Amino acid sequence: MSKTRPPKRGLFGNMTDTNLLMMITIVVYIGMYLFAVFGLGEGFRKPQTLLDMLNNNAALIILSCGMSLVMINGGIDISVGGVTALVSMVCAVYLEHHTGNIALAILIALGIGLAFGLVQGFLIAYLDIQPFIVTLAGMFFARGMTTIVHSEPFNVTNPDFVSLKDTRIIIPLLGTYNKKGRYIDAYIEIGVIVAILVVIGMFLLLKWTKAGRSFYAIGGNKQSALMLGINVRRMTFCSYVLCGLLAGIGGFVYFMHIGSGSPTNASGDEMNAIASSIIGGTMLTGGVGNVIGTLFGVLTLALIKMIVTSAGLDQPWWTGITIAAMLCIFLVVQSIIVAYRKKANMKAAAGEKG
Amino acid sequence: MISNQKQNPIAALFRHQIVIPIAALLLLTIFNVLRDTSFFEVTLKNNSAGNPVLAGNLISVLDNGSELAILAIGMTLVTAACGGQDISVGATAVIAGSVVMRILSGGEASADVVHAPIIIAFLVCCLAAMACGAFNGMMVSVFRIQPMVATLIMFTAGRSIAGWINENKSIAITDPNFAIAGTFIPGIPVPTPVFIALICFIITWAILKFTNLGLYVQAVGINEKTSRLNGLNPTLIKFGTFVLLGLCVAVVGFIKVSRNGTINYSVVAKDIEMDAILAVALGGNALSGGKFNMPASILGAYVIQYLTTTLYAMEVQATALPAYKAVVVIALVVLSAPKVRDSVSGLFRKMSPAKQSGGAA
Repeated sequence: MSKTRPPKRGLFGNMTDTNLLMMITIVVYIGMYLFAVFGLGEGFRKPQTLLDMLNNNAALIILSCGMSLVMINGGIDISVGGVTALVSMVCAVYLEHHTGNIALAILIALGIGLAFGLVQGFLIAYLDIQPFIVTLAGMFFARGMTTIVHSEPFNVTNPDFVSLKDTRIIIPLLGTYNKKGRYIDAYIEIGVIVAILVVIGMFLLLKWTKAGRSFYAIGGNKQSALMLGINVRRMTFCSYVLCGLLAGIGGFVYFMHIGSGSPTNASGDEMNAIASSIIGGTMLTGGVGNVIGTLFGVLTLALIKMIVTSAGLDQPWWTGITIAAMLCIFLVVQSIIVAYRKKANMKAAAGEKG
Repeated sequence: MISNQKQNPIAALFRHQIVIPIAALLLLTIFNVLRDTSFFEVTLKNNSAGNPVLAGNLISVLDNGSELAILAIGMTLVTAACGGQDISVGATAVIAGSVVMRILSGGEASADVVHAPIIIAFLVCCLAAMACGAFNGMMVSVFRIQPMVATLIMFTAGRSIAGWINENKSIAITDPNFAIAGTFIPGIPVPTPVFIALICFIITWAILKFTNLGLYVQAVGINEKTSRLNGLNPTLIKFGTFVLLGLCVAVVGFIKVSRNGTINYSVVAKDIEMDAILAVALGGNALSGGKFNMPASILGAYVIQYLTTTLYAMEVQATALPAYKAVVVIALVVLSAPKVRDSVSGLFRKMSPAKQSGGAA
């Protein structure tokens, strides 16, 4: 990622790859939403539809933020879905069978996430083992442990927890009237607040702190980062620890949303998180990405699912196929843009010399 | 490089690639001997068709491990050439299986006799899986997307497409001729997948021995730019490895549906991609591409299956299996990490200072 671009280089020439890819996602998201509003009618016009998208995906947003961070750093973490399932199961068992209190449950959730992050980070950063293999084993371990902790799905009835789970934050002015003319408030869950805080926090971290810039530097080129005096091993370690911690937070938010422990919780969420990050403009090669884009990546994924169901393609296979097609289009567009810009960069550089 | 110097033979041994799967195999065997020797019992029983067949844990390892080994062949090539893995093999295997079922059942929910020649079904499923492989290969080689991400597309869509082909019907085919590929040939007590795997090994050996494919794949994996300057076509070679993997996947998908006689789109070949990647890793091949060792990968596949069967024999719950597997895998990977191996071989060198000084002179 060269920061010193020659001026005047055609359309979007003065934008970084990160911003360009993010802009594409946001434009596609808004375009799709407008299409849904005008093409598919009623349901999409309620503000609550938009808020529900946030309610249902708060945990995924948090997981994807962690995933984006690791991907910007040039790695990958596929254990996040497993950690989410493990956290929700352990918290559920703790609250239900040991009548525990909420504060300790949150600490347990954070502890599990942190433990995964520390071990995986150490193996990857200090022993130079492939991130894919380490986190794959992490995923296997978390999924297996979930069934060892408890093998049957069950609902949590702990009163403290249920009251926390059912807490709704009313948003004024966005409510709608139902058919009988009764006013229904628009609301969000606590998880959404947490998710938004995480997105803002991560955005600030990546944009304006030294640590954040080092993540980009390492992902862009490890060798140069080392020569700049960045402690590559420690920063890589930190990225996995942070991702693990976010997986712990995401796990608890998921648990607050779903309110039950089950071995099938969050199944496939690691792939959803990767897909969201990619759609949001993060590149797996590292060095390019942005959590705001990731937020829109998650929302785009959710919107595709909703559009597919409401467009009448309700056979179970359509969701998978459309998401894959969408992912395919995004990847190809990214690839073409990056290749084109690389060529243009080289031409510009050659022109300067000549 | 330090490894070029004369070394303690034990230290040298620790650097050899195939030592990892063999060590894992020995460890598992010792563990089983200590735990319960009845694990190794092999009996001759009559199966439901009245043929005498071999049964036992070791036979099950050979039987199921063969599928994994066939996948490991293709996965090794893809890994070596592209420096990434195909995570869609499980999903593609389901597509292949679904195609077979569609052709043989003629679109009906169950069939006692197949509606089309089995060989035609096999060929069509090969084409279908190779088409999926070609799609992955195109994304990786032409559009230069990282293999894991490119195959994420097929991974997401595969099981949905497989369901779409048969409209989510769970088809049952009870024709005994169809079951041969996944179970036993009448009169031969060894499971058929073992023979299929052997044929695949021989073909692979012949290709690697008599053509330059192996060399080209490694050249592209080590340095794409250099290999292009040397007159190779990296795009074509990467694309080719994915198509070859597609062929391997088709064989596995065919064995899978033949073995079960039915198809369940969300369960068949679940997590097999993870096992195949682990087989390659366990074989000591760098997952970042470059050099590869095919026999080590194949042995790695059998070791993975050996581990699975051992855990089943210990009556571990099927859903809890991954946790134990993960612990073993982490232990193996940590032991085979270059850093750890360096310090281990360094330890051996320190223990025999006489030999080291001889080497220096």
